[in-house]
Amino acid sequence: MKYICLGYIEPNKFENLTESERNAMVDECFSYDDELRKNGHFAGGEALQPPQTAATLRWENGKVAITDGPYAETKEQIGGILILEARDLNHAIQIMSKHPGVKAGPFEIRPAADLSEMILESEQRRAGH
Amino acid sequence: MRAHLDALYRAESGRILATLIRLLRDFDLAEDAMHDAFAAALRHWPESGIPDNPRAWLVSTGRFKAIDALRRRARFDASQDKIADELTPPASTAHETDDTLEDDRLRLVFTCCHPSLNPEARVALTLREVCGLTTEEIARAFLTSAPTLAQRIVRAKAKIRDLQLPYEVPSAEELPDRLATVLQVIHLVFNEGYAASSGTSLTRADLTSEAIRLARLVIELLPEPEAMGLLALMLLQESRRTARTSASGELILLQDQDRSQWDRNLIAEGVALVERALRSKRFGPYTLQAAIAAVHAEAPAAAETDWPQIVALYTLLARTEPSPVIELNRAVAVAMRDGPAAGLALIDAILARGELTDYHLAHSVRADLCRRLDRTTEARSSYERALSLTRLEPERRFLENRLRELDEKK
Repeated sequence: MKYICLGYIEPNKFENLTESERNAMVDECFSYDDELRKNGHFAGGEALQPPQTAATLRWENGKVAITDGPYAETKEQIGGILILEARDLNHAIQIMSKHPGVKAGPFEIRPAADLSEMILESEQRRAGH
Repeated sequence: MRAHLDALYRAESGRILATLIRLLRDFDLAEDAMHDAFAAALRHWPESGIPDNPRAWLVSTGRFKAIDALRRRARFDASQDKIADELTPPASTAHETDDTLEDDRLRLVFTCCHPSLNPEARVALTLREVCGLTTEEIARAFLTSAPTLAQRIVRAKAKIRDLQLPYEVPSAEELPDRLATVLQVIHLVFNEGYAASSGTSLTRADLTSEAIRLARLVIELLPEPEAMGLLALMLLQESRRTARTSASGELILLQDQDRSQWDRNLIAEGVALVERALRSKRFGPYTLQAAIAAVHAEAPAAAETDWPQIVALYTLLARTEPSPVIELNRAVAVAMRDGPAAGLALIDAILARGELTDYHLAHSVRADLCRRLDRTTEARSSYERALSLTRLEPERRFLENRLRELDEKK
């Protein structure tokens, strides 16, 4: 089963580390990612650039409104996503609790939703019209 | 190769996990190690061929993977290195015999059912670690959310680790007590599948078959009479599964069931087990309940049921394990043997003691006896009381039908 792990960080926290602390953390994270890849648990993922690089679209008064910055104005921001292949939620929790990134900020784990049936129904609806 | 490994995973992952848990003394490390070993097999076997003993290969690969992982982590935490050293096997014991591998599963059952864990955690842990169900499947069956259940399992595992619960089959003097806990967990899993405590469907076949599988495993490894009694009880109840509900999902009482639909193979196996357990003279409540179920199973028609025998077995059961629910069942059997008035007197005595007043079946049974005695007003109020207490949809419909029939009779 696939689980999406949203890794949150507190943007300034990372900048305030000393260089050697920062390097140690980065190395730990990447070597754990490598381990996940090697064992088939890493099914994709990307780190995200800082929240100020984001643009947010929303539907307002019949048209799309674009604003600068992230959707949620909170101290902790999504720093990256990781798609995890795990047996079940317990397994996902267990794998991610060993990820050194947890020390940098909380991880939210959610099962990927299987939309295949919804897509199939939708295709049938669209083909019928 | 993928299909072969999938089949191997289904057949062997339980045993491999149990062994790795014993070797590594850590549930999570063992589970990761097992997945890593299967991943390694997928990489290596297409080139090197399938080893002679795939299970042993997977166990020893998993073990080394875990030690590797601990060593890698040791770069940040020196204590891990020491643990890894301790876990590294001396070369001569790297291969396990098949016997120890079998025992590992039994050890795992006892660890998951340890009395220091709370009962819900025992069930969840057993289903996940021994039966191999996923957290999501268990959550669905017990109508809780997966995150809640996951937390329960995480906490139980932490407790096993922190209390350093021994990973072993208990000693002879501890065994009766500890086996009772294991059987209780198996029975709970079965009951949740056979008579779900809530929800729209009356049975959950996946859980009953897991419970039966687990009981078979326990007996295979530990042929104790009460374990046989429990398996017999479950097989005999399972034999009636299809006859218990109509095509539209309505509840059908034992006396109204189509006996040709009962599964004769399950009955034969159940009856043989009851007889073996009874002969041991070391049987307990499960065996007695199974014996009662066997008397029902052997009656060719409801009218030919050996009620005196059933009353005698209930009397014995009430003495072994005093409980108002058993008395209620005995009252029903007495009503069948001596007529509804005799049964009703017993039920009213139980209710007068203030016991079972909130138990829907007590009122539903009372209503039925009153109906047979033409005490219609009393029957109606007891059916209504039962209706207000049940949480199961098919049972609600059953009671509503009974109430309608009473009105039509007027």
